[in-house]
Amino acid sequence: MSKNTPQTYITSGHSGCAGCCDAFAAKFALMGAGPNTIVVNPTGCLEVMSTPFPYSSWQVPWIHSLFENAGAVASGVEAALKALGKKDDIKVISIGGDGSTMDIGLGALSGAFERGHDFTYVCMDNEAYMNTGVQRSSGTPFDASTTTTPAGKVSFGNPRPKKNMPAIMVAHGSPYVATTSIGFPRDMIRKVKKATEIVGPTYIHSHAPCPTGWGFDTSKTLEIAKLAVETCLWPMYEMENGEITQVRKVKDPRPVEEYLRAQKRFKHLFTMEGGEEEIKKIQATADWNIKHFGLQ
Amino acid sequence: MIDPTYRKKMVVVEGSYAVAHSAKVCRPNVISAYPITPQTHIVENLSQFMADGEIPNCEYINVEAEFSAISALIGASAVGARTYSATTSQGLLLMHEALFNTSGMRLPVVMTVANRAVSAPINIWNDHQDAIAQRDTGWIQLYVEDVQEACDTLPQLYKIAEDNDIMVPGMVCMDGFILSHVYEPVILLEQDLTDNFLPTFQPEDILDPEDPKTFGAFAAPDTYEEFRYLHEQAMQKALPKIESVAKEFEEIFGRYHGGLVDGYMLDDAEIVIMSMGSILGTIKDVVDEYRARGEKVGVLKVRSFRPFPKEQIREAIKNAHVVVILDKNISIGTNEGALFTETKSCLYNSKIRIPVVGYTVGHGGRDIRVEDIAKIIEETKKVIKSGIEVESQFLSLKEELL
Ligand SMILES: Cc1ncc(C[n+]2csc(CCOP(=O)(O)OP(=O)(O)O)c2C)c(N)n1
Ligand code: SF4
Repeated sequence: MSKNTPQTYITSGHSGCAGCCDAFAAKFALMGAGPNTIVVNPTGCLEVMSTPFPYSSWQVPWIHSLFENAGAVASGVEAALKALGKKDDIKVISIGGDGSTMDIGLGALSGAFERGHDFTYVCMDNEAYMNTGVQRSSGTPFDASTTTTPAGKVSFGNPRPKKNMPAIMVAHGSPYVATTSIGFPRDMIRKVKKATEIVGPTYIHSHAPCPTGWGFDTSKTLEIAKLAVETCLWPMYEMENGEITQVRKVKDPRPVEEYLRAQKRFKHLFTMEGGEEEIKKIQATADWNIKHFGLQ
Repeated sequence: MIDPTYRKKMVVVEGSYAVAHSAKVCRPNVISAYPITPQTHIVENLSQFMADGEIPNCEYINVEAEFSAISALIGASAVGARTYSATTSQGLLLMHEALFNTSGMRLPVVMTVANRAVSAPINIWNDHQDAIAQRDTGWIQLYVEDVQEACDTLPQLYKIAEDNDIMVPGMVCMDGFILSHVYEPVILLEQDLTDNFLPTFQPEDILDPEDPKTFGAFAAPDTYEEFRYLHEQAMQKALPKIESVAKEFEEIFGRYHGGLVDGYMLDDAEIVIMSMGSILGTIKDVVDEYRARGEKVGVLKVRSFRPFPKEQIREAIKNAHVVVILDKNISIGTNEGALFTETKSCLYNSKIRIPVVGYTVGHGGRDIRVEDIAKIIEETKKVIKSGIEVESQFLSLKEELL
């Protein structure tokens, strides 16, 4: 990156896996938010790997409380800053995994957004509970094999599509909701920056491929992330006050098969009888995205 | 006789109003709570104070559930705000996981618990099961006897919890309905006196971009145990602090409700009745009758359940011939209430060898009357003569329901 690249405020030396998506997500989120930021981090890989007491990778004030309460803790941080007259100078961001954001922490997050707290929530969506060993979340895509939705003789893996989390956050009346991907750092940094500058509860949903959980080489994190966007399985868009205001176009969408073939979690689709049909269903999702978001 | 100048200051208000007023004059920066009977009037009164602009520099967060109420206060306290909440029963149980987290991060959140029974079966009336279920969460727990004490204990608890050597959250446990909904003459805490008594909250560690710190880190086996030890040490330091703060409060406000424990007719008592909360009033009435007849009965009020004042309890009951403990809770599977179990345990390694018996009473708001207390005293007298026959029991069960 150029010398104009913003600084990040998370140091190396954490204990994440090589090529860890969560580390990228945190790094880019902080590059967008800047140094005058308080970070709220729910339980998950990022929290565990970045703060082995007495060490810490965080160069900004950081708090972890529990797996399911980041939305509420961030509400309290924001309210306290207001009460103490410090809010104008300090930003609050929460960075949480798909499990804490979309499943167990959804109630607290919904409450925080409904109350209109001025903070930015960044979901780093690695599409499963990685910290406990790759169990399904409501962000796990259709047909992915996880340890709680394993592919087997009578199963193609996860039987349900991903929950449409950005739509849920838009429904809260958030002034700014955007999807991004760690495969596009500049896009992510820009969107986080924009989100933190907007007053009110804003939401960034970042796709974040996990080499360990998805089964690909540790050098390929960003490559796989880009492939998700290029196959149109991960549309990137911005929504302001409920309207789509920007979409990242994909000129020549690649077949989903390329993306699926690169990951162990979809391996069974290429060996099991009926796998082809399943891949067609996944292609249909990409095709729907192309139409719905006007990706071409 | 109540001093006439003192009486002049008294107003008759609902317990919940008086408690909300106390919370207000403690100058909280963030309040977050969720309504649940019988705590509701406390949060409603605070909401009205907010609506009338009576609590300066304060944000009130109307959360979607108790779990978020306590979580929001975790965030707020870490930023350096003085925080307040109130809850009870299911709400307190819903907070359970975050209660450990608050104390583990050493955030001095203060909360009023309007004690209530827990479900199932659903029951909204008073007992102590909700708070007793939280006894190992690492919070200070002070149980109060009347509305005035519920009011007066709030600023005391802030002062204890926010001491930089302690930094442990705490709850003031007051009996639901019996104290929260009663109209009683009280003196509402004066703002100027409270300001004199309670300094502003000045924690050493806060979340601040100027000096970034990590809160709530990951601790492996090589460091976790020391965190637990230091937390326990902080609780031990709270023991003398609870005593000294009660005395400081008396100097400024002229009222004393006891420190860790408080004796009534205790000095020469042969039979000692021990308990916590509003039931002590009834017990003291009965004891007055016994004393009038020349019988040596006394009362030991336990105000601090966490930290547990082992030494003070040993000292207070060492000359008794028998001790009877009334618990408004039960640890199912032991047939014992918590105060009973803990009192026995604190005597075992001491030289005090007196019989201790327990009654588990008043579950789900069942009335405990003067006759019940008298019956308990009569049964306890027999223990002095013939030894313990039943160690711990329910009081007056209805056979037809069993
Ligand atoms: C109440 C509770 N239930 C379960 C857990 C165990 N747990 C810790 S992290 C985690 C999964 C985290 O998944 P996610 O939020 O997607 O983050 P990731 O680790 O994948 O980045 C689970 C299940 C917990 N800490 N607390
Ligand atoms: S499992 Fe995935 S998210 Fe967790 S540390 Fe490893 S690479 Fe990062």
